[in-house]
Amino acid sequence: MGFLQAIGRTFITGLEVFGRLVLFALAALLDVVRPPYYPRLILKQMIEIGYYSLPVVGLTAIFTGMVLALQSFTGFARFSAESAIPQVVVVSLTRELGPVLAGLMVAGRIGAAMAAEIGTMRVTDQIDALTTLSTNPMRYLVAPRLVAGTTMLPLLVLVADIIGVFGGYVVSIYKLGFNPSIYLHNTFDFLQTMDVVSGLVKAGVFGFMVALMGCYHGFNSRGGAQGVGTATTNAVVSASILILISNYIVTELFFAR
Amino acid sequence: MNGKTPKIEIRGLMKSFGPKAVLKGIDLDVGNEESLVVIGGSGTGKSVLIKCVLGLMTPDSGSIKIDGEETVGKGGRERERIMAKFGMLFQGSALFDSLPVWENVAFGLIAGSGVGRAEAKEVALRKLGAVGLGPDVAELVPAELSGGMQKRVALARAIAREPEIIFFDEPTTGLDPIMADVINDLIRKCVGELGATALSITHDMVSARRIAHRIAMIYDGRIIWQGPTDTIDRSGNAHVDQFIHGRAEGPIKMPVRPL
Repeated sequence: MGFLQAIGRTFITGLEVFGRLVLFALAALLDVVRPPYYPRLILKQMIEIGYYSLPVVGLTAIFTGMVLALQSFTGFARFSAESAIPQVVVVSLTRELGPVLAGLMVAGRIGAAMAAEIGTMRVTDQIDALTTLSTNPMRYLVAPRLVAGTTMLPLLVLVADIIGVFGGYVVSIYKLGFNPSIYLHNTFDFLQTMDVVSGLVKAGVFGFMVALMGCYHGFNSRGGAQGVGTATTNAVVSASILILISNYIVTELFFAR
Repeated sequence: MNGKTPKIEIRGLMKSFGPKAVLKGIDLDVGNEESLVVIGGSGTGKSVLIKCVLGLMTPDSGSIKIDGEETVGKGGRERERIMAKFGMLFQGSALFDSLPVWENVAFGLIAGSGVGRAEAKEVALRKLGAVGLGPDVAELVPAELSGGMQKRVALARAIAREPEIIFFDEPTTGLDPIMADVINDLIRKCVGELGATALSITHDMVSARRIAHRIAMIYDGRIIWQGPTDTIDRSGNAHVDQFIHGRAEGPIKMPVRPL
């Protein structure tokens, strides 16, 4: 009995959390479109998410592109398919690795920061203080972050795509001895608009997830420093998992026939 | 109260957290321009009471009327309109640590009342002056201030919009006796000059005597005594006597087991 109870309790708690999360997301989305708007705060978040994430996302992208080229070369040599490297690098990056890796890096950087900041505001009564100053905390804190997350991650991924392809190019030309013009020619010949577009859509979804998780866990943090720590961890872990799950779903929507 | 509508009228207010009933039916009136202090030990429901009145928590049942208008269950725009009448001084000051001092003070004016930034800054500097802080403090961030200064900034923020009702949550907790007296003085001055109604909660009897016109004592989720400040020493209530004299022995028991 105890075992069954435990399963039931976990299941019900899971549903409860899911329901609360969906309600939070809906309320936040409503608050994105309802005035007042805070352009100053949106801009601040955009700079925080878009600009300051460039180094970490750029580094991730360049090494991913480089290792893709290297791995593909050594692996594809087994069946004499080395010439497919440019296509492999660009398609993997734009469709898959660019958005997913950038999403995960941003989840670690931004999701954690959002949860910690909003969580600290919660436990020090700053969110209540907002309410007493006739300011809706959802509109003031959550809406700008959602807008910034959803719009900036696609831009980051676009940059990551370019840097990643460049990484693959550098390794292919200088280490593996490819011809530069043929490499670039192959890269763009086989690339389809849909590859890039699907990656950018993914990035938008991931950016939304990261901001939503950061805000949700921060908003619902309880109990001082430890609570904020837990909220930060939960924000990063849940955002990462949601990124991987929604990655499959979006891929299915775009490419499965 | 002269037979007029009280500024705040609380009836049968109840609030529970899970199985634990915190407020068990509070009845309390605060008259216009009156300063009422609710005293009581830790964990007796003082903070929950004030949060219910502010609308930060939804009571399980009961009624809270502001100027005769029911506020329980109001949300959205209506709640924001009611909120515009309120100012709140939080126990931990709750200043926005990402904003400089003047923006903290001006926050309600800019975000809530739609005043321009330049004008709001002027008002903020004036309010900071009223709590004894110079313009040099205005550009600092809250983390650079001492606890007493933070409290004064928070007070300036609470009065910036010249609210009709100001709530003070443990205004002197964590301050040295001199700073506590400064804050008490400022509270008296601000409430008096604004003609505001004040509802405070505290367990600091010195502070309660200084700022209250009337004192009410909350115990076990109910108001067990209330009366004018100068009558508290003759309350004839054993709980009140124990509290104001700070005795461990009396009708209020702390469940302490031997070491």
